[in-house]
Amino acid sequence: MALILRFRKLCFFEQAKCWSRDEKALDSPKNDRKTAAGDDSASPEEKKQRKKKEKSSREWRCIDSCCWMIGCLCTAWWLLLFVYHCLPGLQAPEPPGARLKRDGLAALHPVVLVPGIVTGGLELWEGRPCSHGLFRQRLWGGGSFTEIFKRPMCWLEHLSLDNETGLDPPGIRVRAVPGLVAADYFAPGYFVWAILIENLARIGYEEKNMYMAAYDWRLSFQNTEVRDKTLSRLKSKIELMYVTNGFKKVVVVPHSMGVIYFLHFMKWVEAPPPMGGGGGTGWCAKHLKSVMNIGPAFLGVPKAVSNMLSAESKDVAFIRAMAPGLLDSEMLGLQTLEHVMRVSRTWDSIISLFPKGGEAIWGNLDHCPEEDHRCDTATRAEGNSSDGGHGFRLPESTNYGRIVSFGKKASQLHSSELSTLSSPLSPFTAAAVAPSPTPTLGNKVWTEYDEVNRASILGASDNKAYTADTLLDLLRSIAPKMMKRAEAHFSHGIADNLDDPKYDHYKHWSNPLETKLPNAPEMEIYCLYGVGIPTERSYVYKLSSPRKHRSIPLRIDTSANGGRTGSCLKGGVYFVDGDESVPVLSAGFMCAKGWQGKTRFNPSGIATYVREYRHKMPANLLEGRGVESGGHVDIMGNFGLIEDVLRVAAGASGAELGGDRVFSEIRKMSKRISIEL
Amino acid sequence: MAAMRRRKGAGGRRPENSEPRLDESKEKHYIESEKSNSCSTNLNADVNSIVLSNSYPAAKKQRPKWGCADTCCWFVGCVCSMWWLLLFVYNAMPASFPQYVTEAITGPLPDPPGVKLAKDGLKAKHPVVFVPGIVTGGLELWEGHACAEGLFRKRLWGGTFGEVYKRPLCWVEHMSLDNETGLDPPGIKIRPVSGLVAADYFAPGYFVWAVLIANLARIGYEDKNMYMAAYDWRLSFQNTEIRDQTLSRIKSNIELMVATSGGKKVVVVPHSMGVLYFLHFMKWVEAPPPMGGGGGPNWCADHIKAVMNIGGPFLGVPKAVSGLFSAEAKDIAIARAIAPGVLDMDVFGFQTMQHVMRMTRTWDSTMSMIPKGGETIWGGLDWSPEEGHVCSLKKRSSNGQPTGHNTTQKLDKSIHAKYGRIIAFGKDVGDFHSSDIERIDFRGAIKGSNLANTTCRDVWTEYHDMGIGGVKAVADYKVYTADSILDLLQFVAPKMMTRGGAHFSYGIADDLDDEKYNHYKYWSNPLETKLPNAPDMEIFSMYGVGIPTERAYVYKFSPAAECFIPFQIDTSADSGEDSHCLKGGVYLVNGDETVPVLSAGYMPAKAWRGKTRFNPSGIRTFIREYDHSPPATLLEGRGTQSGAHVDIMGNFALIEDIIRVAAGATGEEIGGDQVHSDIFKWSERIKLKL
Repeated sequence: MALILRFRKLCFFEQAKCWSRDEKALDSPKNDRKTAAGDDSASPEEKKQRKKKEKSSREWRCIDSCCWMIGCLCTAWWLLLFVYHCLPGLQAPEPPGARLKRDGLAALHPVVLVPGIVTGGLELWEGRPCSHGLFRQRLWGGGSFTEIFKRPMCWLEHLSLDNETGLDPPGIRVRAVPGLVAADYFAPGYFVWAILIENLARIGYEEKNMYMAAYDWRLSFQNTEVRDKTLSRLKSKIELMYVTNGFKKVVVVPHSMGVIYFLHFMKWVEAPPPMGGGGGTGWCAKHLKSVMNIGPAFLGVPKAVSNMLSAESKDVAFIRAMAPGLLDSEMLGLQTLEHVMRVSRTWDSIISLFPKGGEAIWGNLDHCPEEDHRCDTATRAEGNSSDGGHGFRLPESTNYGRIVSFGKKASQLHSSELSTLSSPLSPFTAAAVAPSPTPTLGNKVWTEYDEVNRASILGASDNKAYTADTLLDLLRSIAPKMMKRAEAHFSHGIADNLDDPKYDHYKHWSNPLETKLPNAPEMEIYCLYGVGIPTERSYVYKLSSPRKHRSIPLRIDTSANGGRTGSCLKGGVYFVDGDESVPVLSAGFMCAKGWQGKTRFNPSGIATYVREYRHKMPANLLEGRGVESGGHVDIMGNFGLIEDVLRVAAGASGAELGGDRVFSEIRKMSKRISIEL
Repeated sequence: MAAMRRRKGAGGRRPENSEPRLDESKEKHYIESEKSNSCSTNLNADVNSIVLSNSYPAAKKQRPKWGCADTCCWFVGCVCSMWWLLLFVYNAMPASFPQYVTEAITGPLPDPPGVKLAKDGLKAKHPVVFVPGIVTGGLELWEGHACAEGLFRKRLWGGTFGEVYKRPLCWVEHMSLDNETGLDPPGIKIRPVSGLVAADYFAPGYFVWAVLIANLARIGYEDKNMYMAAYDWRLSFQNTEIRDQTLSRIKSNIELMVATSGGKKVVVVPHSMGVLYFLHFMKWVEAPPPMGGGGGPNWCADHIKAVMNIGGPFLGVPKAVSGLFSAEAKDIAIARAIAPGVLDMDVFGFQTMQHVMRMTRTWDSTMSMIPKGGETIWGGLDWSPEEGHVCSLKKRSSNGQPTGHNTTQKLDKSIHAKYGRIIAFGKDVGDFHSSDIERIDFRGAIKGSNLANTTCRDVWTEYHDMGIGGVKAVADYKVYTADSILDLLQFVAPKMMTRGGAHFSYGIADDLDDEKYNHYKYWSNPLETKLPNAPDMEIFSMYGVGIPTERAYVYKFSPAAECFIPFQIDTSADSGEDSHCLKGGVYLVNGDETVPVLSAGYMPAKAWRGKTRFNPSGIRTFIREYDHSPPATLLEGRGTQSGAHVDIMGNFALIEDIIRVAAGATGEEIGGDQVHSDIFKWSERIKLKL
């Protein structure tokens, strides 16, 4: 240390000398020459003295003041930090794990955690020359995303998948980080699973009975098995934990997209090889105690649509990762959004999140299950509890069924007034096939929009409003390659006859409306999700100015607002109740109705429970992201939810937890949906 | 700091002539405040100066006073901005910059073997399993006492070892195991880190497996066909299964990898103690439950292509004895981890060694490395297999000329080191012929009354139960061979040895078909087990040679009071002649710095060669020795041709061998045996029924 200090000091003296010389050079070059000449002849001692002289004559200069300022700030900062650390920690609420341990709960069933989209870490195993030095470093999650800033183009290139196959591009291998570290923290300090893991550990869980089923969340589900054998690994791990923990069945805790990934797994594991895992019927019944879905996106999220159309996904993790300013900055030469779009369009998994079930679930042009939703619920819930305030029903009901409408007007008109809706496809699919002007003018950023004639897009926007059914047609026409790739892996319809052999294909496995649950009458399925946060449900779009965003012709019309205080339309987005990402309908319908009792989707009558957690903002900043949050990711730190998971892991059944716990209008909404059960 | 202030003061004493008087007085004032030399105590001056500097614009004309606090602030600011600048430059530097610099100085580097072999068209074929050794694996906290708050899932072992410095006693408490059971103490759970990160780097920048992993990745390996069998290396091998089900996990993972890679068998690469651990595993997996894994008699034949042991201490290491006896293990990892200075420092209040000893004595695994095979293998009082070893081998090989070879050998013949005497009390005793030594049997000696007064109580080692009589008895026996070492340890540390005796055995089996050898305590001793019935399997023993390695010790009484460990290596004992076999109280032989050649090479060179009773199915064995050559320049780091126990993991030739075998080559295809040492000569001297 002392050495370093001395070195610094020397550096400074040298510098000081230089500066003073420069100044002198201005007033008297002669003098300078003299000193320079003298320097050579003078003995070291004299030199030292002169140096000192020069130093002492120095003025209190700007640089010094700067240094002084910085020094002051640093010292003050350290002092504060020191004081902060010395103070006894602010009384944190007791974590549920500690309390339950005192109540005598202990680890019983092994726990499997299945992370969702974007929260899992990805690391580099093989890359292009530009990625030198990043071997086995995280490209996504965990670290600080510094590589985005250092070499953005390289980073994007490595995170993209092949546009044709949906697998690795040649020469690039990016793989999921294995183990609990894969998704405990998304970024430093931004927990995902860490709090749940910590609480589980308090009642005795460790790595031998807790497993993070990390997978490459960019791939389509079946491709994770094809490329990485991830499903086989998960199967082997569950079997191992079942055996080594005294034949105790496993409690699975999937989150977000992990929920449909695990649905896929349950079908895969019982299906015969080569397509399936060959576990045989009864595998789930033998190995699984319960599936506790957190923030489940069973029926998809409308957000995925906006992400695909215009890369304007407002997804929590995504936004926080890339920092709000970044998206609009000009880092990549005005084409940030285009780049993001190009990359994310190669990720098949996003298509698994498209709304499923079409108009039967999400509503048609005039009706939708959430019809009389009051958008001031959130404010009401946290403000005064008196209902009388401004709880009047809006005269015009919001047409949530129109997931994408062009122009605010189109979203509100009655369907009979909309143009050409009876046959929406014929005009513009024809136009789409028409040869498009090849994008040559310095357009480095390829999105499929370039290939699609702008005229056809105009045709598309002429069509005014799209429901969950017609939306897929829209996407097919504007991003044909992506949809073709993805539709080999995912399906978004409703099955008429579940015994049809075509439903044995893996593309139906992640759609709860096209699969039967496994034959496991003792299993339990939970839907645990937050409510009380306005959640994106449908969008008002406009055409973007062709000059600015040449590659993305569609933009959300952020100027479209409801105008009234209680309006559901804000910044071009219609909101409903949900957890900020997943609307209540998508998260709760299967548990509340589609699987309730013995239905054709649930032939063995697996018990289902809906557990809702009302969102409460953290009272002050010190609480961080809150212990009663209902946000899509923040709910993983919700003490109520953690307690439920712990109790089930320690052996409790759904009835012992208290059965259903509902705050939203999910039952009323479900009733409005009339599908054959 | 002080020096700098003085200099500045000196500068102030010689103001330039043109300076106004006012300034001089100011300077004087400044000097005075300097002389008082009270940055922190002279608060008033500080406050004044701050006030002054706050009114900076007004005081500009008459120049603000450069007070003590200002100087401090200015200095801190300078350091900070410099630091940030450097950090910024460092971060903005392209990642390949260090390589450019290195190449500019030393000329182009050779391609790493992975790149070279990828060009030759080698592709990932057989899944690879790594089994790390002792101390190199990371351990993390899952449950702890109050003092370990905030360390949940943080590494206590491996990584930066920051906690050793911050809360040493807490750290020692958590790293220790229960003295009776050899498992977790109540309320503490330390578990191995899992995945490749468990042992890729031991500390930041100090690679263990990372280089090998990087090279395997070049030919297409990734997480799905590469697995780190991390285990808690403090536990006895069977206890890892009892507590963590580690063996079951390894079995399940190997089965999974074989199944998902189209029936390709795995290549296992154990290192150091991992070699013994994997021997144990191979017996465990085929043994019937409940003691074994129930894989059936063909499990190894069906799942394992080759076992490529790196630096394997098959027959134990003498270092383990000194470690247990007086905590003076010079083990690379331990020493480097805890930093050489710390051991002698006062971190624990003068009792560092005792604390380390107490901690390591609760680790059953260290007992797996006590020399096995007794006098038959390690030599008796008057003979040893390495007899006549030329200790100046290093010098000779570096000169490249065998001049003086004859003279050294002559010298050696006259006074050749008696390696068989693993512990000798006094240098003279180490040299005498056995008939000249008077020995008093210590075994019956009554341990004296407990000497330890209460002040020593907090640092408990079993020596306190021994008393002075016992200590004396130990020294009176004078010389210990590999056989009597066990009695010695039994005498000085009865509790530990009872615990260890239930898990490990150090003998040689007379009849391997004896029922008793089905017990797990024999599974990690190659002299008491048969290899599995897997004629297609191959066993490689790869180790470095050409580094002097500890083989026997000269001990003395520790001079200090009763709070200390009563024995100490007599570092003053040197042979002083041309033969450098005795240095600092340690007799050295050829090896890889930790494992003597004999221990690493004897089993594959002789006892397992062909069909023997230890190898009934005739598994082929290959010896691959790597002659140590130190890195030419500092820039090379730990070298690409090292033969040292851990550094060999970065040896390009070894990596190439592993990659070739993983890509499908057999032992003959990579060149069969490659021997530099006298291992075959020495093996012949060992008379063991095969």
